[in-house]
Amino acid sequence: MTRHEPRIDTSPKVSDEVRRTTCYMCACRCGINVHLTSGKVTYIEGNRDHPVNKGVLCAKGSSGIMQVTAPSRLRKPMRRVGPRGSGAFEEISWDEALGIATQWLAPLRATAPEKFAFFTGRDQSQSFTSLWAQSFGTPNYAAHGGFCSVNMAAAGIYTMGGAFWEFGQPDWDRTRLFVLFGVAEDHDSNPIKMGIGKIKERGGRVIGVNPIRTGYNAVADDWIGITPGTDGLLILSVIHELLGAGKVDLDYLSRWTNAGCLIDETEGDEKGLLLRDDLGKPLVIDRRTGDAVPYDTAGVRPDLGAVHKGCRTVFQHMAERYLGADYAPEAVADRCGVPAARIRALAAEIADVAFNQTIELDQTWTDFRGETHDKMVGRPVTFHAMRGISAHSNGFQTARALHVLQILLGTVEVPGGFRFKPPYPKPAHAHPTPHSVYMPGRPLDGPHLGFPQGPEHLALKLDDQSPARIDKAFTWENPLSAHGLMHMVIPNAVAGDPYRIDTLMLYMANMSWNSSMNTGEVMEMLTRKDGNGDYMIPRIIYSDAYASEMVAYADLILPDTTYLERHDCISLLDRPICEADHAADAIRWPVVEPDRDVRGFQSVLVDLAGRLGLPAFVTDDGRPKYRDYADYMVNHQRRPGVGPLFGFRGHGKDVGRGAPNPNQINAYIANGGFFAAEVPDEAKFFKPWNRAYQDWAVGMGFYDTPQPYVFQLYCEPMRRFQLAAEGYHERQPPDHLRDRIRATMDPLPIWYEPFGEEAGAAYPLHALTQRPMAMYHSWGSQNAWLRQIHGVNPLYVPTNVWEAQGFREGDWARLTSPNGTITVPVAHMAALNGDTVWTWNAIGKRKGAWALSPDAPEATRGFLLNHLISELLPERGDGHRWSNSDPITGQAAWFDLRVKIERVDAPDEAQPAFPPIPSPVPPARRNRP
Amino acid sequence: MHPAPSVILFTVLSGLGFGLLAMLGLGAAPVTGWAAFVAYGAGFGLAVAGLLASTFHLGNPQRALRAFTQWRTSWLSREAWASVAALGLMAPVAASAVFMGRLMPALGAVAAVLCLITVLTTSMIYTQLRTVPRWNHWTTPALFFGHAVAGGALLAGLGNAPILLGLLGLFMALSFRAGDARFAERGHTLATATGLGHGKVRSFAPPHTGTNYLMREMIHVVGRKHALKLRVIAVVFAAVLPAVALVLLPAGLATTLVAAAFHLIGAFAGRWLFFAEAEHVVGLYYGKR
Amino acid sequence: MTALPPPSAKKLGLVIDLDTCVGCHACVTACKGWNDQGYGAPLSDQDAWGANPSGTFLNRVHSYEVTPETGAPQLVHFPKSCLHCENAPCVTVCPTGASYKRAEDGIVLVNESACIGCGLCAWACPYGARELDQAAGVMKKCTLCVDRIYNENLPEVDRVPACVRTCPAGARHFGDLGDPDSAVSQLVAERGGMELMPEQGTRPVNRYLPPRPKDRLEETAPLAPLLDIQATGFAGWLDRLLDRI
Repeated sequence: MTRHEPRIDTSPKVSDEVRRTTCYMCACRCGINVHLTSGKVTYIEGNRDHPVNKGVLCAKGSSGIMQVTAPSRLRKPMRRVGPRGSGAFEEISWDEALGIATQWLAPLRATAPEKFAFFTGRDQSQSFTSLWAQSFGTPNYAAHGGFCSVNMAAAGIYTMGGAFWEFGQPDWDRTRLFVLFGVAEDHDSNPIKMGIGKIKERGGRVIGVNPIRTGYNAVADDWIGITPGTDGLLILSVIHELLGAGKVDLDYLSRWTNAGCLIDETEGDEKGLLLRDDLGKPLVIDRRTGDAVPYDTAGVRPDLGAVHKGCRTVFQHMAERYLGADYAPEAVADRCGVPAARIRALAAEIADVAFNQTIELDQTWTDFRGETHDKMVGRPVTFHAMRGISAHSNGFQTARALHVLQILLGTVEVPGGFRFKPPYPKPAHAHPTPHSVYMPGRPLDGPHLGFPQGPEHLALKLDDQSPARIDKAFTWENPLSAHGLMHMVIPNAVAGDPYRIDTLMLYMANMSWNSSMNTGEVMEMLTRKDGNGDYMIPRIIYSDAYASEMVAYADLILPDTTYLERHDCISLLDRPICEADHAADAIRWPVVEPDRDVRGFQSVLVDLAGRLGLPAFVTDDGRPKYRDYADYMVNHQRRPGVGPLFGFRGHGKDVGRGAPNPNQINAYIANGGFFAAEVPDEAKFFKPWNRAYQDWAVGMGFYDTPQPYVFQLYCEPMRRFQLAAEGYHERQPPDHLRDRIRATMDPLPIWYEPFGEEAGAAYPLHALTQRPMAMYHSWGSQNAWLRQIHGVNPLYVPTNVWEAQGFREGDWARLTSPNGTITVPVAHMAALNGDTVWTWNAIGKRKGAWALSPDAPEATRGFLLNHLISELLPERGDGHRWSNSDPITGQAAWFDLRVKIERVDAPDEAQPAFPPIPSPVPPARRNRP
Repeated sequence: MHPAPSVILFTVLSGLGFGLLAMLGLGAAPVTGWAAFVAYGAGFGLAVAGLLASTFHLGNPQRALRAFTQWRTSWLSREAWASVAALGLMAPVAASAVFMGRLMPALGAVAAVLCLITVLTTSMIYTQLRTVPRWNHWTTPALFFGHAVAGGALLAGLGNAPILLGLLGLFMALSFRAGDARFAERGHTLATATGLGHGKVRSFAPPHTGTNYLMREMIHVVGRKHALKLRVIAVVFAAVLPAVALVLLPAGLATTLVAAAFHLIGAFAGRWLFFAEAEHVVGLYYGKR
Repeated sequence: MTALPPPSAKKLGLVIDLDTCVGCHACVTACKGWNDQGYGAPLSDQDAWGANPSGTFLNRVHSYEVTPETGAPQLVHFPKSCLHCENAPCVTVCPTGASYKRAEDGIVLVNESACIGCGLCAWACPYGARELDQAAGVMKKCTLCVDRIYNENLPEVDRVPACVRTCPAGARHFGDLGDPDSAVSQLVAERGGMELMPEQGTRPVNRYLPPRPKDRLEETAPLAPLLDIQATGFAGWLDRLLDRI
């Protein structure tokens, strides 16, 4: 019998052309190869040469083609014609739209710039948008970090000059034990997946500390199913164990941290601050001489055990606190939901890898004190955490505790440990402080966001000490709110607290849906009118590429392009794409032209800036400086020779510093859409103290002089706020906040119960959300492929609750928090902390949004947990609005949520259900292709 | 398995048609003339209608002729050949009986055997599937044969039809029962399907929250009470009632038609269950059977 | 054609590491993206933005929960596509010869121009690896990216299936399982690569590497305290500790 196989073409032409640009499905910003055939995008894959993803690409990136062709793409500028929220719009021309915006904004700039607020959501151009807002002169600008992960970022910067993700990463090629805390499938997703793969390939181990065992925790060799909000306590208990056994890196602590610095213990306005010399340098006791000398003296060996004039070292203060019985595993086990034996075992395993499996690289390097080391010695234990531990009201201190743990182990900036990504490390004191002084017709006095060193840097009005910013960032309520508080803008503006505003401009921020706490109430706030019949927020300008829920609540819509139709720069001035071994930045460029009348929002801002005459964007004679955003990317100079893009400067060969190069964008395109400069071998580790790195960083333009520093185990700026609360500062907090500031602004990490616990025993369960990996940070619900994977989201319920409630497959439950009630489908999950329920975030959609049909499962069975969360804590009857945020940074405490659950008969659809909003785009066709 | 109307119509009607033709070919009901026209007409009509129905579920029916190419390996292809051969050989037998009033016993017998082979090939399409344990057993061809022979005998007005129907009823009941345990007997579990034998395995989440072709095609869950009721209906209508009718009512076309109507209802119900109760192993991956 | 070829020496297939797969679905959409424009008809989606979206996918990721006798429950992400069985039942049932197994490398393919869309091959497959495209009416399945792995228009490093190229965690491996010295065969040997549903007798080429044993943290010996702090006090502890420098 003969077989005849068909002859098939195994070498078909893949496409006409490959254009390399940068993904925008989340904040990883991977390199992508976009294949075009007959001018259409036909396939998207990862770029193998790219420093971030090295060819791999996640589910979102790989389905980008559905994003670029989504029926929900907005088509033309629109002006609201019906009541706000009704979805009634008319399409207008760009000239008209920009004319309206100018007409609204120009008078505000001339008379009261603070009445204009500009907040951006998933913005990846913050160095540009912030410059624009600064140039406008409003103090009211921030991006979405305040409701995302500012606790992690700020705690990292205050403690050691950077945190995880865009600031740094585990040494994936060498680490042997990786401990992952909290929801972390969010940020840095592809690099973490790649890293976990590498660790597993080498036979290393992964430990997941998370109430929920999904994703990375599913592949973790050990899972610690901790109770939400108690991570800080667990970490401090591990520190207790390590200290008790002497398993801390004393040499590292004495050389590279402020562990050896002396703390002033004399009563008065300096109590608790570091002892300093006349030049203001912190003092240590040199073990060789016993003398008190500045910490950076050449050859100094700081004595961790020193006592000087009754003042002890930071290390002694720490050890005394954490050796206390309060932190013993037995004392915290119940609270954490982790058996004491498991906590001890965790500490033991960490210590074993850190101290018995050290790594040595044959690489000499010279430290900032001038001492040359012939080896680089590393401890291969690494950690990662993001939103999970950040989004609690004790998140800042918890994140601090995690950073301190890494430092005690001596695993930061060493082979096998945590490594900074250029331009980090950069300590808090090297960052700007917040600026908020505004004057009509003038730019703001400096950058909006920064890192206060004490109460003198708060954004309080000089006259009456009231909050200068609409979101009350950098006030006594949350002094270190380094990313602003986007989630408070609408509630504060509507309450007129601290003042009312006129125009709110939002970019890619779905504030009338999944980006707000208390979604229903926010919709009401956006449509609330004052006694004159005017909207409490009179004007709202919104830019988005898609027909998101927010569109209906704006007055003027500026339609953005999709990510393949635009210019962008992922800049070293902002949030670059560096890896530990490389400084790198990247661009997006229009690999296809829009087929609609839409414009990249950044180019629209450049246009508006010209119309408004914003100083940074116009020449001395008032003509626009930049044609569009691409022109800005090339020609803007933040400092002489330093611009948004650091590669191909000057005549095309200069790196970091150099004159603007008119061919820079073409050079980036030819190079695959990015530029990378490798960190020299001698500079790859010990960066904060490594002369070779410091010199290289200056050459790259990260800063203008070497800036070595030591890690801040003891965070002095926090003590300054405590001192103020104790009465020792000319700026004084309001009395109702004194106790809280004293308690929470502890300069050494502490753990306190999240504020959500006030809900009490009536709400016995914690409720969490996480974004599925296939949708995180993307606008995935209109994506025809991704929505088949996650089209509905059940509430996952642990076995004990499942059985107690008598749930069965297909059941529904009523979930109630102190703030509200939702009725949702449930599903059983055994690999879940017994006090926790959870769901996938932002699957639920409003009917009529995203060009989905109104009976789409996202709109009928999908739901948001947001309805249960308020931006304010329940009334305490003391006349104050207590925000549901971390008291230090103002980070939205999403994960403090407490709930109760009960089985109910299945309703027709998930509750609460909102009426459909008319779609601003035509209905989608039925099938694809 | 999804009880698709096209496949139910196909197997029931063609089975009945070929069964009738087999009886006629064997000369069990030696009819000629108009009676032959009606009898052979019914046989051909049912068989062809069934075969046509089978093309309704094809994605590309215009290529159906290609199904004749793989008779060496494919039961479906063999069925195509067998059915064409059976109908082709039966045609002169029928023509002879109708138009010339002459029986052709030798050719008729060969054609009848081919008719029964056709029924066998049809049944083997299902029997061969190890993925559906309920079908993957000698009882499947036996059941198809039983339907063809008893149904054919009924339509042909044979005297032994009540006995054959009784046997069919008994066999239907037995095969329903015997099929229930077979999935478990074969040892297919989520643990063997996934290799995750280090604990109790259950499906946590399907790969997509929506449905898909596999789930629509191969996962059909019938409630137990519902199934039991239908089994009774199938046996009673397919076997008991027609047998009783044939025995109690006066012989004749009207009685045959009444009995045939009962039988068809039962056969359809039985065949619906044949599919609906058949559990494909792929259901394991979806946490369903 | 529907006869299986004699067993080939070269058996191309995938090895999927269940210990590493984080369930991100990258392979799912990379596969969809490539095959939507690659071999044969596009992978259509019905009601794509409606109430019941349902499309053709050649690779899907299931999630299973495993509760061991002792220890914490575990979650396992489980990607599944065609296993390119040596004894492929989907091939022999095909009435038209559209389904075939390549003699050269063992890849199971559908010749779409010969497929009548009867669906019998999908019935014959125990693994749910075949889906009838509702727009084209032909059977779709994993081709092991036969239009990539030999494609001379692609750089050599890219001549792997799209799912393997994109997998961020490196949980998917492609190679010749017929060659005992290949990297994939060695992985299977070292890690005890499993066949799915061996009792079906399909002899799949693709293998799954089982999750490594989990939750053994308590086997670590606890840390020994430096000394009894209660008895010696903090100062004693500090002395003992600093002696080590």
